Amino acid sequence: MGDSQYSFSLTTFSPSGKLVQIEHALTAVGSGQTSLGIKASNGVVIATEKKLPSILVDEASVQKIQHLTPNIGVVYSGMGPDFRVLVRKSRKQAEQYNRLYKEPIPVTQLVRETATVMQEFTQSGGVRPFGVSLLVAGYDDKGPQLYQVDPSGSYFSWKASAMGKNVSNAKTFLEKRYTEDMELDDAIHTAILTLKEGFEGEISSKNIEIGKIGADKVFRVLTPAEIDDYLAEVEESAAATRRTGKIGNEEEESKMMTGGRNYTRLSIDSQKVSGSVCTPRWFFSRERGVKISPSHHLLICFHKR
Amino acid sequence: MSIFEYNGSAVVAMVGKNCFAIASDRRLGVQLQTIATDFQRISKIHDRVFIALSGLATDVQTLYQRLVFRHKLYQLREERDMKPETFASLVSAILYEKRFGPYLCQPVIAGLGEDDKPFICTMDSIGAKELAKDFVVSGTASESLYGACEAMYKPDMEAEELFETISQALLSSVDRDCLSGWGGHVYVVTPTEIKERILKGRMD
Repeated sequence: MGDSQYSFSLTTFSPSGKLVQIEHALTAVGSGQTSLGIKASNGVVIATEKKLPSILVDEASVQKIQHLTPNIGVVYSGMGPDFRVLVRKSRKQAEQYNRLYKEPIPVTQLVRETATVMQEFTQSGGVRPFGVSLLVAGYDDKGPQLYQVDPSGSYFSWKASAMGKNVSNAKTFLEKRYTEDMELDDAIHTAILTLKEGFEGEISSKNIEIGKIGADKVFRVLTPAEIDDYLAEVEESAAATRRTGKIGNEEEESKMMTGGRNYTRLSIDSQKVSGSVCTPRWFFSRERGVKISPSHHLLICFHKR
Repeated sequence: MSIFEYNGSAVVAMVGKNCFAIASDRRLGVQLQTIATDFQRISKIHDRVFIALSGLATDVQTLYQRLVFRHKLYQLREERDMKPETFASLVSAILYEKRFGPYLCQPVIAGLGEDDKPFICTMDSIGAKELAKDFVVSGTASESLYGACEAMYKPDMEAEELFETISQALLSSVDRDCLSGWGGHVYVVTPTEIKERILKGRMD
């Protein structure tokens, strides 16, 4: 393919033992839109931001979450066109398995075969690695499963994971929030809250996409109406557990997010202190003098008057 | 003489109550001459799936080796045994791959599926599956076998009675076929054990 001069592999080892192209591919993934997945006790949910380049784009035609089989769905972070190619290949492999064995493909097998494809593109001539990481969610005889597949071809099974721009905040948030016996609806709420974390602008059913699979083993992408319902529920539970203290300004208030956490009011010396649940950004904001002690789930944020 | 009748064979499988039995004759011949009287036609794929192949002996052996190969890889990849239905689909696919230069054998597959439900099926040499609820037959003695099984079969037989029935059906059928016989080889498989028995009939 192409000139013989250019048919060497782009992924040749660097002296430090790294494959530089794969590192770059991971960077491409890291600058993609945030996506995440959570495995509940009775299902899996995957979600992603759907930021479109312009308001003129018909958002109903953009589908970031796709089916691979009736009981396996996938979402990505990174380059959309690369994702489309992978989805096409994976669907074909799943169907080939089904044709041979007359049995739906187990999630682990499909993930393994997709990962093999991605690895091939790191060891062939004249091609580049895929610029996407995938989150594969499925439900088969072994129960609910969530896998992440990286451009290098490595795959991991996760209880909850995130990828893309806001990955570190989202993962910290998920680490705190995840419980083993979470149910699917709780997981969807947690997913929405995690997306809200790093969301620029107003979250709505038009700029996120959610897919879920339950014990019925049917993967479904939620309709905008259903997403609206869940968003409303999240808002309700936030309002219900919010007992606002003295907050500086509306911008800060809008960044507050509760979701059931307890907090206490404290006063310290001459400064007025209010307690509420804060977003992780606030945790680490020095100029506001924010302190946290995660082990006690106690969050204090205070600001000078 | 047809190529399917070159070596001679008789294979039958029957369904019982949460068990199955699979039986074959033991003769290997080259047309009218008998070469061996202990030829293995039934093979275990794993503890709950058996396959018996009738037809040309070389293809019987080669196809068996290919299927064991495929199953071993499946076991390693998927960390589980193949279900009998899945195995039957695999055999059918492998046979059809050689649609225009086929393996000259007709397999009979028997196994215990989910919830210990017995499963049997047969197919022709290019993979046309035929599922049955009671019995399946294959080989040069198949016409006699159909008659004998139809007459002797009852549904929901226990393991011992099933063994008696399948043995009588096999022995009386191979007696009418000059190309098969020299005893019988019967496996009766229940969820807990596999019983293998050799039958002594008319040794001709």
